[in-house]
Amino acid sequence: MSVSRRGMMARGAALLGTGAALGGCQRILETGPVSDVVYSLDEFTRDAQRLVTDRRALAPEYALSQRSPVFRANGSRTVDTPEYRRMLANGFADYRVRIGGLVRRPLELSLRDLTNLPARTQVTKHDCVEGWSAIGAWTGTPLKLLLDMAGLDRTRARYILFRCADNYGDTPYYETIDMIEAFHPQTIMAWRMNGEMLPERHGAPLRLRVERQLGYKHAKFVTGIEAIADFANVAGGKGGYWEDSARYAWWAGI
Amino acid sequence: MAIPEQVETPGDTAGGRVVRRHRLSTRLWHWTNVVAVFTLLMSGLMIFNAHPRLYWGHYGANYDTAWLQIGARDTDAGAEGYVRVGDAALRTTGVLGVWEKEGRTMTRAFPHWMTLPNYYSLADGRRYHFLGAWIFGVAGLLYMLWSIANRHVARDLLPTKRELRPRHIWRDIRDHARLRFPTGAAAARYNILQKLSYLAVLFVILPTIVLTGLGMSPFMNASWGWILDLFGGRQSARSVHFIAAFALVLFIIVHIAMVLLAGPVNEIRSMISGRFRLPEDKR
Repeated sequence: MSVSRRGMMARGAALLGTGAALGGCQRILETGPVSDVVYSLDEFTRDAQRLVTDRRALAPEYALSQRSPVFRANGSRTVDTPEYRRMLANGFADYRVRIGGLVRRPLELSLRDLTNLPARTQVTKHDCVEGWSAIGAWTGTPLKLLLDMAGLDRTRARYILFRCADNYGDTPYYETIDMIEAFHPQTIMAWRMNGEMLPERHGAPLRLRVERQLGYKHAKFVTGIEAIADFANVAGGKGGYWEDSARYAWWAGI
Repeated sequence: MAIPEQVETPGDTAGGRVVRRHRLSTRLWHWTNVVAVFTLLMSGLMIFNAHPRLYWGHYGANYDTAWLQIGARDTDAGAEGYVRVGDAALRTTGVLGVWEKEGRTMTRAFPHWMTLPNYYSLADGRRYHFLGAWIFGVAGLLYMLWSIANRHVARDLLPTKRELRPRHIWRDIRDHARLRFPTGAAAARYNILQKLSYLAVLFVILPTIVLTGLGMSPFMNASWGWILDLFGGRQSARSVHFIAAFALVLFIIVHIAMVLLAGPVNEIRSMISGRFRLPEDKR
């Protein structure tokens, strides 16, 4: 081996070493194949978690006395559209939630219709992706009940899409969950919180509670529930507002 | 793995001889962990930056009392960084809470040069953390089982009765404090402080980190609620996760210091190729 070639190799090795030391770690993670692994890990984690757990296992429920003294409101705390302000002003008398998509009998339900249906109350822990937790009492209609009423097409529907009244800039909030979480007994469309009708900052009049998932999955200000086969063609295609805009993982079980 | 761990006869183990020291499984696991643990620590600090407060119990958010907080407050002299533990606060401007990045003043808990990625992104920090966690968790579990099966734990790590005598431990502490390291055949074995610290890392700190990590997953909370019961709630698990990670950092600092003091070239080579030159007696 010639001296110059050896010199080149030494310089190359030194460069590599320096690169690795100076935040090269991050650069490696950002390169194509590694980045692909990092991004597909999401589904791997979901499958692994489901493999070692009972799909119908209930999230822990707490006593009323264990609730957070103040339940932090996060995300959109208010909705600044004329339609929403009008509905809020008259106690959501004109509010309707549409249940559609891959269903045989699309429905439009008022808040009164919802509160007249069988309901579930649960005191659960809300875990934000940022790391904080708050415990609160929620009452709402089981999502499974609503999907059954609408005649869900179980062979084609793979996800439930929640359309929301709140916007980030011009982009409406939305979220999707799969059928395992949708049929889970603790998955409810909540209209009551801590003994009062759901307040605006927590998503009045109707929000999703999907208790085995992080907070950003719990869509607030829900106006539409749609059964869909795929979310690739919905908004940015990643299955949720934060998934589209800030690279959050679609699987929010961890 | 058929790597002879120790040298056969005492006559062969005089200082200066080269012996086989670390098993292949130990060497593989060590360097896998170098990558995984640094990824985990740095991305973990990024995740902490999203909510730089720690609590005890089941819940904990901004209105609740945090036992630890890293933050920034406005003063007449500008933004001031602080770390508060209980009622005691320490000014940390420049390092924690308030720091500079490319001439701009930033108010996040841990500075960009400690975090992965080096810009604020909770989403990316979480993705890197889970990549590191998978490697760390699977490799750690395999190593633990492998080390029990190949008798690494029983033969090299478990202390003998004689080693556990207070007088022996005390002498080892004094030797460490005076930086007097074993020579000859004794250098090929772990001393009692090494054994105890490796056992504590392998069987206490690492499992605690993994369990508290899983205890923060709302999906795991549903099926493996016993983790929450064990640590006293999700926010306690989060606090213990942080404390255990810093216990590991402390171990890494002492570990690297010991490698540097004991002869870095020989020590690092033994962790790469398994070949270790027994230090010669200086007297």
